[in-house]
Amino acid sequence: MRNFLTAPWPWYVAGPLLGLFAPLLLWLGNRSFGVSSNLRHMCAAIYPRNLAHFRYDWRQEGSWNLMFVAGIVLGGFVAGALFRNPDPVAISAATRDAVAALGIQDQSGLVPQELFGWASLATLRGWLLLVGGGVLVGFGTAYAGGCTSGHGITGVSDLQPASFVALVSFFVGGLIGTFILLPLILSVGAGT
Amino acid sequence: MTTERRTIGLWVYLLVGVVFGTVITKSEVISWFRIQEMFRFQGFHMFGIFATALPTAILTVQAMKRRSARTIHGERIVVAGKNWGSGIRYVAGGIIFGLGWALVGACPGPLFALLGSGVSVMPVVLTSALAGTWVYGLLRSALPH
Repeated sequence: MRNFLTAPWPWYVAGPLLGLFAPLLLWLGNRSFGVSSNLRHMCAAIYPRNLAHFRYDWRQEGSWNLMFVAGIVLGGFVAGALFRNPDPVAISAATRDAVAALGIQDQSGLVPQELFGWASLATLRGWLLLVGGGVLVGFGTAYAGGCTSGHGITGVSDLQPASFVALVSFFVGGLIGTFILLPLILSVGAGT
Repeated sequence: MTTERRTIGLWVYLLVGVVFGTVITKSEVISWFRIQEMFRFQGFHMFGIFATALPTAILTVQAMKRRSARTIHGERIVVAGKNWGSGIRYVAGGIIFGLGWALVGACPGPLFALLGSGVSVMPVVLTSALAGTWVYGLLRSALPH
């Protein structure tokens, strides 16, 4: 039983399930499934200043979505902490080697401890990766008007050309990030 | 139908979020290692997820639109359209997000799931993402859309 609860789910279980959130949220009340809107709602709630982009009724527009995101945090706790998979993520041997070549030896968790531990924030490469990466995600999704969920699933499910373009652009950025930016950042102070 | 019953309780969205968070965590979509495997084209897992999630979403949403389906409250279902504009925002914003996606190995949904799973530095990454969104709000009028 314990093993059943902690085991990771295969793609053919997760994929169809993930495709159902867009229609489900539409059916529940015409809500557009998309997570990055919450970053905007949070900015509007915390520090809108006089910026037009953040001056709107975030409670009216965003309460349902902020609840959804609170649910994601809870789901992450249940599935990732309470019923944590004790085994390393079963990536391919080629990826293990590639990641090890970047200097990441500990491949035991969902994320590499060497990069996502507090000690990492004491290093320049940790800052560039975590803070720089976070800023790029926040800025990019706001500029593009959606992320993997809002464009990648909702927009694509509505067959919107903008979302297909966005999805391809996400991937182009991801390739540049993986093959150019990431090795560059990880080489900074790799000896420390 | 009275006005108080027009929208379902917010707790329903919390519940849907819990299910979503569970699925992306258990399927390792939130794993930095899986994202590396995907961008390096060295495994099928993430592509299998896209290849089943997208047709499921397209078929169900299109079926709802064709049949003029209604919400549980009886309203017509409409999907808010994305404004095309010059299209630059989708390419430029998309590439910028993609860069960040490769670095932190997570898009916004997974960032929140990783926070819940106990990755200690996630509040720092999320605060940075908020800062990024805020800077967009600051520069919006100066950026091409």
